[in-house]
Amino acid sequence: MARIVGIDLGTTNSLVAYMADGRPRVIPGRNERTMVPSVVAMTDNGLIVGDPAKEHLTRSPERTVYSVKRFMGKGLEDVQGELAYFPYHLTEQGGVIRIKLGEKTYSPPQISAMILKELKQRAEAYLGESITKAVITVPAYFNDSQRQATKDAGMIAGLDVLRIINEPTAASLAYGLQQKIQGTIAVYDLGGGTFDISILKLKNGIFEVLATNGDTHLGGDDFDRQIADLFVKEIREQHGLDLNAYPDHMQAVRLEAERTKIRLSDELKTTAILDLPEDNGRYSKDLTRDQLESLTMELVERTLGPCRLALKDASLTPNDIDEVVLVGGSTRMPLVRRQVQELFGKQPHCELNPDEVVALGAAVQADILSGGTTDLLLLDVTPLSLGIETMGGVMSSLIRRNTTIPASAKEMFTTYVDGQTGVDIHILQGERELVKDNRSLARFRLKVPPLPAGVPRIEVTFLIDANGILNVSARDVRTGETQSLAVKPSYGLSDDEVERMIGESFKFAADDMKARQLIEARTEAEAILMATEKALKQGSHLVGEEDLSSIRASMAAVEAAKSGSDHKAIRAKIADLEKATHHLAEVLMDTSLKEALENKKLSEIT
Amino acid sequence: MDHHTHSTAGPRELQMARSMCWHCQSEVAGEYFCDRCVKVQPVSKELDYFTCLGFPRRLTIDQRQLEAKFYDLSRAFHPDFYQNKSAAEQTISLGNSAMLNTAYRTLRDPIERAEYLLDLEAGSVKEIRNSPPAELFEEILELQDTLNEYRAAGRAPEAESPLRAKLQSERNILEQRQRDMETTLQRLFVQWDALQDRGEATDQARIERDRILKQIRENLSNRTYVKNIVSDLVSTIG
Ligand SMILES: Nc1ncnc2c1ncn2[C@@H]1O[C@H](COP(=O)(O)OP(=O)(O)OP(=O)(O)O)[C@@H](O)[C@H]1O
Ligand SMILES: [Mg+2]
Repeated sequence: MARIVGIDLGTTNSLVAYMADGRPRVIPGRNERTMVPSVVAMTDNGLIVGDPAKEHLTRSPERTVYSVKRFMGKGLEDVQGELAYFPYHLTEQGGVIRIKLGEKTYSPPQISAMILKELKQRAEAYLGESITKAVITVPAYFNDSQRQATKDAGMIAGLDVLRIINEPTAASLAYGLQQKIQGTIAVYDLGGGTFDISILKLKNGIFEVLATNGDTHLGGDDFDRQIADLFVKEIREQHGLDLNAYPDHMQAVRLEAERTKIRLSDELKTTAILDLPEDNGRYSKDLTRDQLESLTMELVERTLGPCRLALKDASLTPNDIDEVVLVGGSTRMPLVRRQVQELFGKQPHCELNPDEVVALGAAVQADILSGGTTDLLLLDVTPLSLGIETMGGVMSSLIRRNTTIPASAKEMFTTYVDGQTGVDIHILQGERELVKDNRSLARFRLKVPPLPAGVPRIEVTFLIDANGILNVSARDVRTGETQSLAVKPSYGLSDDEVERMIGESFKFAADDMKARQLIEARTEAEAILMATEKALKQGSHLVGEEDLSSIRASMAAVEAAKSGSDHKAIRAKIADLEKATHHLAEVLMDTSLKEALENKKLSEIT
Repeated sequence: MDHHTHSTAGPRELQMARSMCWHCQSEVAGEYFCDRCVKVQPVSKELDYFTCLGFPRRLTIDQRQLEAKFYDLSRAFHPDFYQNKSAAEQTISLGNSAMLNTAYRTLRDPIERAEYLLDLEAGSVKEIRNSPPAELFEEILELQDTLNEYRAAGRAPEAESPLRAKLQSERNILEQRQRDMETTLQRLFVQWDALQDRGEATDQARIERDRILKQIRENLSNRTYVKNIVSDLVSTIG
């Protein structure tokens, strides 16, 4: 079987890992760094991803996308509260957020796909083989739409996503394998954008998740925001400047806030420095760890509620937890460590690099799927209850949260009116009583043969697969026939749209390639024009008038082609110009040889 | 919407289907795999959860054995191990795993297990009474009054505290009752298992069987009722 890689598609950083000799390893890039910043920038020369894109955050903030994971599987109304924080322009189409970059708009799965492609290429270059299959991780508390969006991203990137696995459980696989941890463990994962807590039982190679909880909108980004808000407020007070009018400076503030936060994990005191726009000089701020902790305390405390709920759902108390594992960059914060230690009453584990452990676990799961590792098995759960809308806008639960997956439930439907030919079904996810307080997942219409009321019997099976993704099928009990369902996702791309994006993604790749070729051709044209000018200055007297006019004509042709966008035309004119300058080059070479013999340096001539 | 857990196909027919391999049509003697082509076989939807996990229909189950069996079967059925197999086998693996997970979840919890067994032996258990148990009737009426009074008092602390103390003591009494019910249930479970173990087919055994099932049903409904009252109480007084 072809190799399967493991991918951690993070809010801030993404990584790719593979398994070799029974050990998971993270694949480094050319710069030896293992993390690819989850940043995509649209530049004049096309799209770029990762470290180089990060440099565009302050240069062209409106065209540089970061933290796109926060928008996966969401509609615009879900993120209304934080729109002001993002310098790029968001719209919505068909219940899916779209990001405007220059002329085009992109869905979050398309942006994520660009990051996935970068990781794919990285793996291909490192392993020297083509990579088409992957396991991708998601926060455990991701709902169905967010999982589906992640799967769509994989498909758009040209990857066969064999499994979506939960980040904390992936981390537990890495710990179980590498550190031989056993017993009841709690995995606390606080990253850039999301928080997860999972409680598992590890016994004889089985990793059984007992309960999971979290907040898909809580992470390091929110800490940074607290600090950034303080900086912006102080700059307004001290300098009378509203930085909100300067998107590039706002990005600089955000990045400096993050650096300050990170420094304060090691130091007790640090100074943040920011250049202000329009000759307003500099802003500098001394910040202590204590100050940072009082700014972020409330956010860190917000992680404790989900921890308690997960314990309760697992029918456990903190004393029953044998080991606590820390995952995610934000768990480097001393405040976070203290709070976790206090809640569970034990020293947490952090032997494995918290940035890499999720990707390592994804590689282990990939190896299980490809049949390499046979003694480990992950039994995960669905994080949210699944149900359907019933009379009076109430949700009726079919599969409870924390049910081991795969999980299925059957429901029988019939009609209320004679001759009724359809039943509308609305699928929901969430823990609340009323439909309006839960997440709408999808709707579909069940086809029913026209019969007296109550006679039709259609059995609908709701099946949550091992990816935590819902599949629905229906069967007419009277005829035994199954019917295909056109399920319309409430917050997701339709199958057709995904198909189109897969196509476009290849086209984009082609566009990107074209853009690169054009840039290269133009650069070359410029170089040859300059060299020709120089040669003419030195040797126009050495060639005839005919040569000179043909050279001038060819130069004009190159110049004209260069301002067009056809790289082939540019190359053709370059070739013409090379031909026209052939004689001139020869005589110059002769002269230079002569002069070289007279001990003159070649470089002074050409 | 109508809830039906039983489909209409007869058990005989399915018995037949189960004994023949879906792939090579040879007889399947082994538990879940064909002896000849080693392909995984679909767990019959008619199979009850006890049989699925290889346990007799008893109300006392060794948790460790149950878990061990669940883990074994998970290793046999989980989709992770069918990635390189045919689409048909992948579908069976998915269906079997889902069934296994439901079976384990049901049998793991003693109350769910009893409700399920009741359902198997004596039809649906879902018609749980909504009226309070007769012997608790007076007590619960009074409790409802006190609860209403307490809620009406709102945040006024002087009115709150005596009511609160009263509710607290009610809570203790009800929780004691819950514990008593658990003990009674436990005793009935043991009686049921003993009767099954004896395996007698006499009229007297049948009467005894119906008596135990009826009592279990009574107790389960009362328990649910009291449990709801207690959680209401707890959420009110905090
Ligand atoms: N030493 C540190 N102290 C405090 N925070 C840190 C430190 N190092 C990294 N972080 C923060 O960790 C976050 C990134 O962590 P990580 O790479 O685990 O997130 P992610 O996997 O991209 O996000 P998510 O899992 O939420 O999708 C950033 O917010 C970063 O600022
Ligand atoms: Mg992460």
